[in-house]
Amino acid sequence: MTHGLITDAQNTWCQGCGNFAIEHAIKDVILRLEAEGTPRETIVLVAGIGCHAKIADYLNINSFYALHGRAVSFATGICMANPDLHVICCVGDGDTYAEGIAHLLFAAKRNVNMTVLVHNNRVYGLTKGQVTPTSPMEYHGKSNPSESGEISFNPLELLLSAGCSFIARGYTQHQDELKELIYAGMSHSGFSCIDILQICASFLDKTEEYDEQVYVPANHDPEDFDAACRLVREYMYADSGKIALGIVYRVGRETFHVGTPHQQQEYSGKESFVRRFIDGRR
Amino acid sequence: MDECSVLIGGKAGDGINLAGQTIARIFTSLGYYAYMYYDYPSLIRGGHNFSVIRASTHPVGTHRSGIDILLAMDPTTLRRHQNDCKRDALIIFNSDIVRSDAGSGIPLKTIVEKREGSSVMENTAMIGALASAIGMEWDDLASVISHEMRKSTGKNLDIARDAFQLQVDKKELRWIGQSPGILLSGNEAVSLGLLSAGLNGYIAYPMSPSTGILHFMAAASAETGLQVFQPESEIAVITMAEGMAYAGAKAAVGTSGGGFCLMTEALSMAGMAEIPITIILAQRSGPSTGTPTYTAQSDLHFAIHAGHGEFPRFVFAPGDPQQAFEWAGHALSLSWQFQVPSVLMTDKTLAEGLYTVSPELLQAHAPVYVPVPESEGEYHRYRDTGDGISPYAVPPLFGSVIKGNSKSHDERGISIDDGEHLSSMTRKQMKKVPLMKKVVSRLNPVHISGNVDSDVCLISWGSNAPLCREAAQIMGIKSVQPVVMHPFPESEMVAATRNSSMTFLLEDNYSGQMADICEAHGIPVDVRLPRFDGRPFTIDQLIEDLWGLAE
Ligand code: SF4
Repeated sequence: MTHGLITDAQNTWCQGCGNFAIEHAIKDVILRLEAEGTPRETIVLVAGIGCHAKIADYLNINSFYALHGRAVSFATGICMANPDLHVICCVGDGDTYAEGIAHLLFAAKRNVNMTVLVHNNRVYGLTKGQVTPTSPMEYHGKSNPSESGEISFNPLELLLSAGCSFIARGYTQHQDELKELIYAGMSHSGFSCIDILQICASFLDKTEEYDEQVYVPANHDPEDFDAACRLVREYMYADSGKIALGIVYRVGRETFHVGTPHQQQEYSGKESFVRRFIDGRR
Repeated sequence: MDECSVLIGGKAGDGINLAGQTIARIFTSLGYYAYMYYDYPSLIRGGHNFSVIRASTHPVGTHRSGIDILLAMDPTTLRRHQNDCKRDALIIFNSDIVRSDAGSGIPLKTIVEKREGSSVMENTAMIGALASAIGMEWDDLASVISHEMRKSTGKNLDIARDAFQLQVDKKELRWIGQSPGILLSGNEAVSLGLLSAGLNGYIAYPMSPSTGILHFMAAASAETGLQVFQPESEIAVITMAEGMAYAGAKAAVGTSGGGFCLMTEALSMAGMAEIPITIILAQRSGPSTGTPTYTAQSDLHFAIHAGHGEFPRFVFAPGDPQQAFEWAGHALSLSWQFQVPSVLMTDKTLAEGLYTVSPELLQAHAPVYVPVPESEGEYHRYRDTGDGISPYAVPPLFGSVIKGNSKSHDERGISIDDGEHLSSMTRKQMKKVPLMKKVVSRLNPVHISGNVDSDVCLISWGSNAPLCREAAQIMGIKSVQPVVMHPFPESEMVAATRNSSMTFLLEDNYSGQMADICEAHGIPVDVRLPRFDGRPFTIDQLIEDLWGLAE
C-alpha cells in the first residue's frame, strides 16, 4: 500500500468514468482537512456496492466496504459508537435510492453526523445498465425494454421532506465546485447529502445534456426552505429543465446521539447496575 | 401442601402478568421456588389471559396440569379452567361478575370502588384473598405489596386488606424458610448477562417475545450509559450494530424468527468481514408471522445455517435464566474473542417465563478487551495468524488504515477475486473453528442431571431443559441438555449418551431438528417427542407420555 491517499489496488473503472472525479475531489478535501488539523486517521469511508463502491479499495483511508444499500445504516452505527470520527458514505443511486432508501431518509430524519455522497449516474453500471430510481424516463436498459409509465424519484425533494439538514447537488465535470461542496458537507454538523450527477461513460453518458442544463443559481438563500423546495422542483430528473448546482438547503439542527459513546462508558457502572438490580429483586 | 399451583385468569389488559408476578413473589417469600407461565393472545384489549404460578420446594422451570387454586377474575376463566382444577381445588372468583356454586366469592369490583381504586386494582384484591387462603400473615403480605406495587401503595394495601379479611376458605401453604432466590425472566437474565460482559450498545426493533430485552435495556441506559436504539427495520438494526462494532463498541441485537430472517444478509456480512456481533433470537411459532405470543423451537437449523456462504459462528441455547445469564455473557465475549457472529437462542417459554434463581449463581463475566494490534509493521485488518484470529484495531489508529470488507478481500482488506487469495482467506477464517470448539468445551457445553447411571436418556434443549431435568429426577433416568448448538459439542454429547439403551428427545417443533443433529453425529434417538401447538409441556403430561412410551 502506498503512503499517499491512493492505494496500489488496480483501478478498474472505465476510462472517462465520473467516479474518478469524485475520488480525486474526496482526496483533495481530505488533504485540505488534514492541513487544517483533522488527521486522516479520524476519517472513515463507508461504501455500498456498485461501481462507486470500489472507491473503498482505491482510497488509502479507513474504510468499510459494506452491502448494497446498507452503507448509511452501517455508518450510523459508527457515528453512534464514536462521534469524533468523520464519516463519509459513498453510495450509488441504485444502491441508496432503491435498496437503501429507507436508511437514507431515516439518517436524514435523525440528522446523523455524516456526509453522504451519492454517485448518481442514473444507471446500474456494474450489473450492466439496468434502470435505477433516477433513470431518465426514456432510458431503456436490458431489464425494462418498454415504457412503464414509472417516473423518477426526485431525491432532493425526498430528502427535504425527510428533514435533511444539508442538501447539495454537484456535477462530476465541475470539479472545483464539487470539492467545495464536499468540504462544506463535511464541515456541516449533522446529516449532509450531496447528490452528485455523475456521468457513466459506458451506459449513460449525459455530458452534453448536463453541460447545457446545469447552472449555479444567483442569490439562492440556502436557509430558505421554501426557496429550496422551489429550486429542487425545477429539475424532476426527467430530461428537461435547468439543473441547479450548489448548496440547496442548509439548516442547523441538533445532531443524532444516543446514550454514552463506548469509550466513555464505565464497566463498573454496568456491574453495579446488575448488582443493584439483583439486590432489588430480593 | 408442599407444592401449589395457582392459575389466575382475566381479560387482556387486566394486568394478569403483573398479578402473576406478585403471586410468584408471595411464594418465594414463603421459601418456595416459583415458576410462572404466562399465556396471552396477541391482543392488547379483549381476549383471555392467564398465568399459572407453581410453587415447589425444589427448583422448577415448568408448570403442572392440576390446579390447586383457581383465581377467576372473569367468567371466561372459570369456564375455561374449571376442568384443570384438582378435585379439592379452591376456587376464588370475582363475585361481582362471576356466578359459581362452588368456591369463595369475593366482590372485587365493590371493594375497589369503595376504596376509590382503579379497575386494575381488582388484581390486588384477588391477591389479598389468595394470601389469606394460603394462611399468610397480613404483615408478610403487606411487605410483598409494598415491594411490588410502588405506585398507590397505600390504596393497594387497603384494597388487599379488605379482601384478605373477607376470605375465609383456606388451603394453607406453610412457611418453609427464607426466600431461595430472586425472580427473573429469561429476557431479564439475557439483559443482565450481556451487561455483565461489558455490552456497549443494544439495537432492536420490537418483536415478541424479545421485546422485553429492548425495554429492559432502554430502562438501564440512563444508569449504565448503554446505547440503546430502535431504528427503522431489522436490517438497520444489525447493520447499525455492526457499524458500532467496526468502531469498537460491543453491540448486541435482539429479535424473533421474522426479524432474524431480515438480518441474515448482514449476518453473512459479519461472516465475511469478521465482525463480532451477538444476536438474541427469541423463538416463537412460525413460519412467517406465525403465532406471535406462543412458543416454538423451530429455528434451530435456521440459526445454524442462516446466511449465504460459509463462515464460523456460535449458536447457544440456554434453558433457564441462570444459563441465559451465563451464556449471554459468553456469546458476547466469544464473538469478540473470535471476531465471529454469535446467536443466543431463547424461546417464548424462557424469554417471558418467570423463574426463581439463586443470585449466587449469577456470576459476572469480565468483559473481553479488543486485542491490540502489534506495533511493528503495517496494520492489516485480516492478517493471517496461526489461529486465524487477526488483531482487531479500531479507528483512529495513527499511521495506519483499517479496511473492513464485506467482499472477498486480501489481508489488507482490499477486494480480490483470484483463486489463491480466495482459498487462503477462507482457510484463515476456518482455522478458528478448532479453537472455538476447544474453548466451548471448557465451558461445560452439555448439562447432565438426574440419574447419571441410568441407561434411559432424555435429551432436550432450550426451555425444555428444566422440565426434562425434573422429569428425569422423578423417573430415575438421565437428562442431557446441550447448551452449545454450534459448533456441536459432539464428543461431550457422545460421551453423555454412550451407555443409553433408550433415548428420548423432546423439542417444540414438528420435525425433530435437534434429533436430526444428534443422529448426524452418531447419537441415535429412539423416540422423538415433538410438540408444535405453541404450548409448553407440563411435567405431568411429559411423565405420563414417557411411562407410556417406555413400556
Ligand atoms: S460502468 Fe459506468 S459507472 Fe461503472 S465504471 Fe464504467 S463508466 Fe463508471
